[in-house]
This record gives sequence, C-alpha cells and structure tokens, in this order.
Amino acid sequence: MTDLSQPSAETRANRSSWAYLAWIALPLAVLGLAIVWLVSSDLLSNFRNGAPPVENLTFERTILGADGIRVLVRAGGSEPMTVAQVQVDDAYWQFTQDPPGPIARGATAWISLPYPWVLGEAHAINVVTSTGTTFGHEIAVAVPTPTRDSLSFVAQAVLGAFVGILPVAIGLMFYPALRGVGQAGMDFLLSLTVGLLAFLFVDALEDAFELAGEAAALFQGSTMIVLAAAASFLLLMAAGRRSGTPTGLALATFIALGIGLHNLGEGLAIGAAFASGAAGLGTFLVLGFTLHNITEGIGIAAPILKQRPPLRTFAALTLLAGGPAVVGLWIGSLAYAPQWSALALAVGAGAILQVIVELVSMQMRQRADGTRAVFAPGAMAGLATGVGFMYLTAMLVKI
Amino acid sequence: MSETKSLLERKLDRRLLLAGGLMAAGGTAVAASAARGQTSHAGHEMPQAAAEAPPAHLSAHGAMITVGEVDDARNGFDPSKLLTDWDTGTVSTLPDGRTLRTFEVTAEDKEIEIAPGIMFPAWTYNGRVPGPTLRATEGERLKIVFRNQGSHPHSMHFHGIHAARMDGVPGAGPIGPGEEFVYEFDARPFGCHLYHCHALPLKRHIQKGMYGAFVIDPDPARHPEHEAVARSRLLGTPENAGWQEFVMVMNAFDTNFDNENEVYAVNTVAHAYAKKPIRVLKDTPVRIYLVNVVEFDPINSFHLHANFFDYYNQGTTLTPTLKTVDLITQCQAERGILEFHFREHEPGLYMFHPHQSEFTELGWSGMFDVVEAVS
Repeated sequence: MTDLSQPSAETRANRSSWAYLAWIALPLAVLGLAIVWLVSSDLLSNFRNGAPPVENLTFERTILGADGIRVLVRAGGSEPMTVAQVQVDDAYWQFTQDPPGPIARGATAWISLPYPWVLGEAHAINVVTSTGTTFGHEIAVAVPTPTRDSLSFVAQAVLGAFVGILPVAIGLMFYPALRGVGQAGMDFLLSLTVGLLAFLFVDALEDAFELAGEAAALFQGSTMIVLAAAASFLLLMAAGRRSGTPTGLALATFIALGIGLHNLGEGLAIGAAFASGAAGLGTFLVLGFTLHNITEGIGIAAPILKQRPPLRTFAALTLLAGGPAVVGLWIGSLAYAPQWSALALAVGAGAILQVIVELVSMQMRQRADGTRAVFAPGAMAGLATGVGFMYLTAMLVKI
Repeated sequence: MSETKSLLERKLDRRLLLAGGLMAAGGTAVAASAARGQTSHAGHEMPQAAAEAPPAHLSAHGAMITVGEVDDARNGFDPSKLLTDWDTGTVSTLPDGRTLRTFEVTAEDKEIEIAPGIMFPAWTYNGRVPGPTLRATEGERLKIVFRNQGSHPHSMHFHGIHAARMDGVPGAGPIGPGEEFVYEFDARPFGCHLYHCHALPLKRHIQKGMYGAFVIDPDPARHPEHEAVARSRLLGTPENAGWQEFVMVMNAFDTNFDNENEVYAVNTVAHAYAKKPIRVLKDTPVRIYLVNVVEFDPINSFHLHANFFDYYNQGTTLTPTLKTVDLITQCQAERGILEFHFREHEPGLYMFHPHQSEFTELGWSGMFDVVEAVS
C-alpha cells in the first residue's frame, strides 16, 4: 500500500506545483490580455472628448548663481509635456532645457535661464507649455544658492552643531544632577521625555504634510508619509523587541535615534529654507533652536539614570541624536526636493512614536499599578512641562 | 553633474552679475548657445547659421526673447507677408455705374502657433489671425459674403457706417455653423478701421482671434483741397506706390484662459519682427495702418525709436490729428495711421514696441531694418 501510495503522492506533489504555477500565470495572463486589448482596440476612444491632455509641472529645486537661474522641474502630465517658452518676471527669456524635448510623466529636466536676478528681491518664473498652460514658481527672496565649497560646508556644520549637537550635549550634561532624583522625580523626567517626544511627533508630521503639499502629485505625499511613518515605527518596534523590551541604554539609544531622524528631516528643511532664501538666519533664531532642543538631551538621559555608562557612550548618543542635523543641513542646502524632506520627517515621526510607546510601557512596568504610574501627578506634570517647554521654545523659531 | 561642477568652479561674483553688463554682453552668446541646446520644438529649430553667428538684431534683445522659430507653413500665414497682404476682393460695376466690391470671408477653427512651440486653439477669419485686411475705396458698394465653417456662431461687425441689419450684433448678423450671411453697405467714412466678431460672449470671440483690419482709402475726387494726400493714400495710384505701407494689428493671446494674456504681439506671432526685422528703404516714406484689438488690457501703444511720426487718429482725416510724436496710445478697437520716414537717418535697426514694458517683454516688439536700397 505504501509502495503504491508513494509515487502517487509524488505525482500529486508535481501536479500541485504545476497547478500552483498555473494559478500564478493565469491572473498575469489575464492582465496581459487586458493591456493588449486596451491598447489595440482603442477602447478609450469614447472617452476622448477633444480635451487637451492634463498637464502638471512641479518645481523641485531652484539654483541661483552667477550664470542666472536654474530650476529642476518634474512633469506629472497624462502624456509627455513640452516646455515651449519660459517667462521670468513677465518677460519671455532665452532658456535651455536639459535633457531637451518633451518631459515624460515623472521625469525631470533642468531649465537654465541666463537671467540677471537681483539680490534680496522676489522673482517669478512662469513656464508656458505647448498647450499654452502655465506653471508658476515664486522665488520669494533671491539669494545665491550655496555651492559645494569647503567654506560653506564648514559653516553649515557649525550651524548644524549649534542647533543639533550642542543642545543634546547640554541636555546630557544634566545627567549627574539627574541621577539623584527619586521615584517621583523619575516619573516626572520620563513623562517630560514623553511630552517632548509627543510634541516632536506632531511637529514632524505637520511639517511632513506641509512639504508633501509642495511635492509632485505622483509621489502621493500624504499616503507616502503615513506609510513611511508606520513602516519606520513597526520596523523599530520589531528591532527593539528582538531581545525583549528595550530598557536602559538600549532605550536611550532608540530615543537618540528617533530624535536623530527627526533632526535629519528638520536639518533638510532648514538647509533648504536658507538655501532658497525663504528664511534669514539670525542669532536669535539659532539660539531658539538650541534652547528648543536641550530637552532632547534630558530625554535621552532619562532611561540610563540607573546605569553608569562610560563617557564615550554619551558622546555616541550625542552624535546619534544631533549629528543628523549637520548631515541634513548639508543635503538640504545642496540637493533639495520637498518629497525627500517629507520622507525623512515621516521616518522620524515613526521612530519617535516607537520611543513614546517604549517609554510609556517602561513606566508601566516599573510599578505594579502600571496605569496609575502613567497618570500620577508627577507624570502629568512632566508631560505638561515637556509639551509646554517645547511649545514655548518653538515660538522662538517658527517663522 | 558637470553643470554643477562648472557652477562650483565659477567663483560666485555677485557684483559682476548685478552690474548687468554681463547679461548685455553675454546675451548674444547666450542666445546662440540657448538656441543650440533647445531642440524641443521639433522640426523648426533655430538655423545653425544663426546659432553660430547671431544676427545683429538679436543682440538688441539680449536674452529676453522667445526661443525657437514659429512654423509659418503650418500656420498657413507668414507675419512678414501679412504686413502688405491687402485683400481687395473682386470688383464689378453696378447698373448705376458705381463700383461693387465683393469680399469672401470664412470663419473656421484652427490651431495656430502664436509663439515658438505654443499652440493656440484659435477661431479665425480665412484661417489666419488677424483676418484678411479688407481694403476698399471710399464710396464703393461693399458686399461681404460671410460663411461660418466654425464650431460656434460668429458674425462680422464692421466699424463703419451701415444699417442696423448689417451690424453683426446678436439679432442682425451672427450666424450658426454652416450658415451664410451677406453684409452689404457703402464704404464710408474713409480711414483705418477694423471688423471683429460680435457673437457672445464678446471677450472670448475677440481674443480667440476673430478680428481684422478694414481700410477705406479716400476718393481723391471727393477731397479737392487735399487731393495729393488722398491720392497717396489710394492703393494703386503712382503716388501710393511711393509709400511703404504696412498693416499692424496689435493683438494678444490668453493661452491658459485666465483672462490675462500670456503672449502679446503685432500680427499674432510673438517677436516675429524682432527676429525678422521689417526692411524699409531709407528714402521712401512709411505708412502704418495700426489697429489695437488686445483684450483684457485697457490700452496698448506704439512707440518708434529714434524717430517721430504724424498720426491720423482713425485715419478719417487727411491732415494729421497729432503732429511729431513718437508715442501714441490706443484702447481696444482704436486705430490710426502713422506716417514717418528715415530720410535723415543712417541705415540700421530701429526698434518699435508698445511702451507698456510688460507687453514688450511678452512678445510685442519689432525692428525696422533701414537700408539704402533693396538688396
């Protein structure tokens, strides 16, 4: 019986694997047929109402230099679209397009205009397509775009250190003082961290959605942000809980990572804003950022108060949380596109959410009456202080 | 990437940039290289010769000019030829001995290229914008056979003296697609006039391209006191042959239909006479029949460089209404005759444009190329 059943089982296995392949091939074949039918039979002719193709053009980068203005445009039309003429400040201007010719959906092209722009003044670029549709782009304040020389590289690094690394370091320097706090103090500090992270979470998402609004429609900004934030949240949760829930240094590292990702997105946005002249850089503004970010250091210190990590750990945490601001500034001022800043901010938001979840679960685990610990007066005061401090210091930097 | 590198290598010297001299000096070179790089307007790129050695007239505009060339053949009309393209109709004699002049005009939808690469879904008379320049003589009987081959109702509303039935306004002339109407009236008063579609909505019908110049030459016999002037205005006389006459219809196009014009021009094509200057003989006087039909903007104007002219508002007088001016303004449907000469000028390029800088920079500018003799 077994002798007989053996080959039949094999045949069945063979047959089922063939059937398996067939069941994959069949739907694909139907899709292929549908595409062939749609293309060959001109089914859509009934829908063709004589309307010109839908056109969309997004301006992703603007570079102002000694040789004039260059803009990077991304086409998002239903068909390849042609840039016929370009107006600058209501005047037709000579331009070159690279690559020349019609721009396919999703593709980009550089448009170079030898225009004598005026420092500190506004200019308007208006692209006229072959159908006569126009797409405008405003240069709010014309300033030369930073070039890739070492001088501005260093200057940006110093600026990034001031707004990213220095405040985290200052916050971490409270570590020895914080070590003495009791349980109530601990509750306060952890809740303070949760509060400031909650602020950053909302702030990052808001900025991300705003940037997504400037990006080309084909990136589906809002969906991209939600997906990226959810993915980064789930990935970090999974990574963090591979060997139990993260506590102590591991948790501090995750907090530093979340803040670092947020600072990367913020650095991108700041770098781009300064590069495009949208924001002027003042001492007050930089100080505001520094003050705003000091609590981040305290937040990182909170989970490791019971440990005594070596000094280089603090240095590493500082770099992890603050360093990305420098990188963000570099990238943002040189290669800016709104969708990438939005993506970085969304990933940061997801990372921050993961840290919030882990911090709250740690608070709940530390005490038998877990839920009550979260809502204890000390914890509530910490939350309020964290959110309130961030909100008030943000007033210094929001423009 | 190589571009970024070149940006890098070039030290940012803003003062040089702001001086603006760079642009003026570099404009010519830029114009040439721009034209070479731009190959998007398939089939009608700037000729290579122009790219290698840009003609002098281009340098006058620096880099501020449209890129590429308009395909005149596809449009079916050449701006250079529109200038002197008079439609005199067909002439016959009525039983009472008067002259009957018959014009045939057909309205049709047509996509035209109004600036290099920019297509505009126009409504046209006889497939061109502006429509044919109808030219008659004072006192003649005029018959205009109008056929509508377009997709919308249209009419011809003449600025002249005629019966209410012939006015081309709703109820007296607009005809539906496929229909025909005959406008009949006497050619008077003499002058520089225009016609346009008066179907509703008026703004849309005018700005889509339904207009043209309508010139009635004075009959010298009726103006003994200014007979010589009248004869010089009358097409076909030896005196008239001593003039260089051009018709210029100042128009504009709202390509994205937001009730603002994207392209301004004289005789439709942006920068047509900037890229191909109008050749005029130094010793022969110039007469321009100028009509403004620009929609949305309250006024338009005409400014001649380095010279002054006499102006005959609406052309209905034989003595100038303005003497020795270099600028006149016209509201929509205002028109007039400009007379000037370059006898005391050295040969060269003399610019003309409206003194609304915005219109100039959006395509309405041109040049007279004054020469000693036709080469």
